[in-house]
Amino acid sequence: MAYIYATENDRREMLDAIGAASIDELLEQVPADIRLDKALDLPAAMGELELTQHLTAMAGRNQSSRESICFLGGGSYDHFIPAVVDTLASRGEFYTSYTPYQPEVSQGNLQVMFEYQTLICQLTGMDVSNASLYDGGSSVAEAALMSTSVTRRHGKVVVPATLHPEYRQILGTFLENLGTKLVTVPMVNGRTSPADLAEVIDDETACVILQHPNFFGCLESVEEIAEITHQRGALLVIAFDPISLGRLKSPGELGADIAVAEGQSLGSPMAFGGPYLGIMACQESYVRRMPGRIAGETVDRRGRRCWVLTLQTREQHIRREKATSNICTNQGLLALRASIYLAAMGPTGLQSVADLCLRKAHFAAELIQQSPRFDLAWADPFFKEFVIRDAEDQVKPMLDRARRNGILAGLPLGRWYPELDDCFLVSVTEQRTRDDIERWCGCLSANNHEVCHA
Amino acid sequence: MRNAETTVSLFELSRVGRQAARLPAVDVPDVPIEDLLPENARSETAPPLPELSEPQIVRHFTNLSTLNMSVDTHFYPLGSCTMKYNSKRNERLASLPGLLHVHPYQPDETIQGLLELLYELQEMLAEISGLPAVCLQPAAGAQGELTALIVATAYFHARGEDRTKVLVPDSAHGTNPASARVAGLDSVTVRGNSTGAVDIDDLENKLDDQVAVFMITNPNTLGLFERQVTEIARRVHDRGGLIYLDGANMNAILGITRPGDFGADMMHFNPHKTFSGPHGGGGPGAGPICVSRDLQPYLPMPVIMKDDDSYRLSHDAPDSIGRVRSFFGNVGVLVRAYAYLRTHGPDGLREVSEMALLNANYLLSQVKHILKVPQGERCMHEFVASAVDVRKQRGVSAMDISKRLLDFGYHAPTVYFPLTVPEAMMIEPTETESKETLDAFAKVLFQIIDEDAELLHDAPHTTWISRPDEVQAARKPVLRWRPTDATDS
Repeated sequence: MAYIYATENDRREMLDAIGAASIDELLEQVPADIRLDKALDLPAAMGELELTQHLTAMAGRNQSSRESICFLGGGSYDHFIPAVVDTLASRGEFYTSYTPYQPEVSQGNLQVMFEYQTLICQLTGMDVSNASLYDGGSSVAEAALMSTSVTRRHGKVVVPATLHPEYRQILGTFLENLGTKLVTVPMVNGRTSPADLAEVIDDETACVILQHPNFFGCLESVEEIAEITHQRGALLVIAFDPISLGRLKSPGELGADIAVAEGQSLGSPMAFGGPYLGIMACQESYVRRMPGRIAGETVDRRGRRCWVLTLQTREQHIRREKATSNICTNQGLLALRASIYLAAMGPTGLQSVADLCLRKAHFAAELIQQSPRFDLAWADPFFKEFVIRDAEDQVKPMLDRARRNGILAGLPLGRWYPELDDCFLVSVTEQRTRDDIERWCGCLSANNHEVCHA
Repeated sequence: MRNAETTVSLFELSRVGRQAARLPAVDVPDVPIEDLLPENARSETAPPLPELSEPQIVRHFTNLSTLNMSVDTHFYPLGSCTMKYNSKRNERLASLPGLLHVHPYQPDETIQGLLELLYELQEMLAEISGLPAVCLQPAAGAQGELTALIVATAYFHARGEDRTKVLVPDSAHGTNPASARVAGLDSVTVRGNSTGAVDIDDLENKLDDQVAVFMITNPNTLGLFERQVTEIARRVHDRGGLIYLDGANMNAILGITRPGDFGADMMHFNPHKTFSGPHGGGGPGAGPICVSRDLQPYLPMPVIMKDDDSYRLSHDAPDSIGRVRSFFGNVGVLVRAYAYLRTHGPDGLREVSEMALLNANYLLSQVKHILKVPQGERCMHEFVASAVDVRKQRGVSAMDISKRLLDFGYHAPTVYFPLTVPEAMMIEPTETESKETLDAFAKVLFQIIDEDAELLHDAPHTTWISRPDEVQAARKPVLRWRPTDATDS
């Protein structure tokens, strides 16, 4: 078989050593009445060549961002990934190793975890970071649970409607059984009204979870919201876009107690939604309530600087039901990719990426508004995403037409926001050229019956 | 030959003015940033990241990688983690642009190949588990457990029942009781008997109408098949409860028996273990769950629907618990699982488990002459040895033996788990190791066991570092590099 060494001779020798007549004898540990008496009904085995042909054909029926022009965002982005990220992260010593339970033979992974934690702190302006969680959505949910534990308030978690709809859905699923109410504050023109928030935050509120830039790409009044939240003794959780921190104030500067993010933008491909990287950083005083693995510096017996998994008394394998979370793994490989990405970018590189996104997104927004059919849904400042309203209310057929012309032109919002059924969300990364943007605009602006010249 | 700069950190290597990445010039109007962003949102300075050249980065991470043991380089008998060979073809296939550079919100029409792949994967997992309804969304085994427990709660609520307890055997993984708590349920421990199996009397004592779920790992964490599993399931079902199977040890029973056939109502797979997804230094994994028809309506959204020859994602599931993760889960890990299953087919998959049993029993036959193996007659895919006698006689612990194994180029077994076995060493060779490797490992263990106690206490001796001071790490946590550290040293 594909990955098995044993020869007939090996099998015989091994069975003799075991004292078993056959492999079937080993299977007798499973009671006969529940042993399968037939083969599984699965497709027949394939060799590597057939499998490659089969999967290549399957992959060929997907329209990748290599063949189309992608303006989709909403938490997953088509950012550029430097070659060093793929090359280094695909070293077998990284990707075929596991959790560093034996620090003496895992210093590579442990130092990467420590460096990742440091890079995230430098990026976010926060004191401490864990070694990563599953994705942005589970980071948000874990931040809510962590907030209830820190504040000992279990009554409420407050979120604006401008927080990613899927993150709110995850919160709903998590909080449902815990007796903590999820209160959603409606948006006003694509943003959160601090006054509306102030009305619902009370002394049973564990935290406010604010996305900035928010799901629509708009900038929130973070400092004002931080003040209101802290006045009432609740924690402020900021969900940020890592790329935006090349240019925007960090969650630390803005007063976040916990900062969370989807880290996919930092060197990981879109991959239809995963695997991704859940970023979480917090203020020093909350570290013992933080979920997930954490690497710490120490010395070995000879006094050499080294790294270990630490503060493990928070974790499920030690504390079982008293653990801060049920999370066991981190997203080691994705955290490694993020570290390499940030190292390759450096401060000026990340700033350039942020500025390119910012300028290109604004160029696209200006251009599309030259058509009388399209307007920005609201006039607020935005970063790399914005919402366009279609005066003809034909979002679906228009996006379908663009798709047939090789452009993934935007994300319809009606599924999550019925009142925005005539709107779509557009995301512009540094990978989109002026030509891409002009084609996109031309295609959307073309008369409904025209073929767009994309 | 080790590079002396190997462990100098990125931050110490940094010099002002270096930069690896060069971004393109802006090809749209070069509007001043001040005109695009309000002052109160802008940062005065770029984030204080390290400044490095590309060759520096390549040498840094390449050298760091050489400080790891990995499946590609070493025998890694880490019990419960199923550290089998990670096939290179799966890596290449998962990197096809049509699988890698696709956005999670692409219209269904543009992603038919991947939806078909995921749909077929669901069908294969249903067949292997004997449970018909599958959800691929959970990002890890622990998230699969949590998802299933929330699904179970929704199921009971729909029936007007308010059950609050989850029963967990004392030998279970720590995630089981932790997941119960995060699901808002109380976990109650059920004792194991002297043979490592669930103590039926203790189960009976703790079984009442408040029990929602019994979480069982089968084979259990001692590597033994729970022979009374159908009896346990019958008793739990009689009281209206559900059986959850922790699928961590599925590598032992592929095509041999199916959880759905021995009474499980729900389970998770760990594709990164059973179906050889690389462990990535701690992740990503995935934790797809399979459930019975009764529980299907409560599974997270979206659901893949097949209409004739086309596929679509449906969000029309009124009883769904919602979501546990954004988008569609760890698709890249699932693609590798699909490739693995298509590589093996039904006979190959069964052979995987048969060979996992053969290797484990063979290694057991060698190790039991060296160390005590409390349940040492037969095992499934792994077994738990105990250093309790050596500890008593010579003061040598499971930890000492494990650390010494590192000197010989073997990753250590899982130690001190399960908690029910003193000085536990949990050994899982997997089916992808050769007899020669197992023989060499047993020989080294045989040699180590008689070595000088002091030598063992001080092991490892040949690794990059010796034993780290974990107490200091926890007492005075240093969780990030800071500039002052450099001037101190």
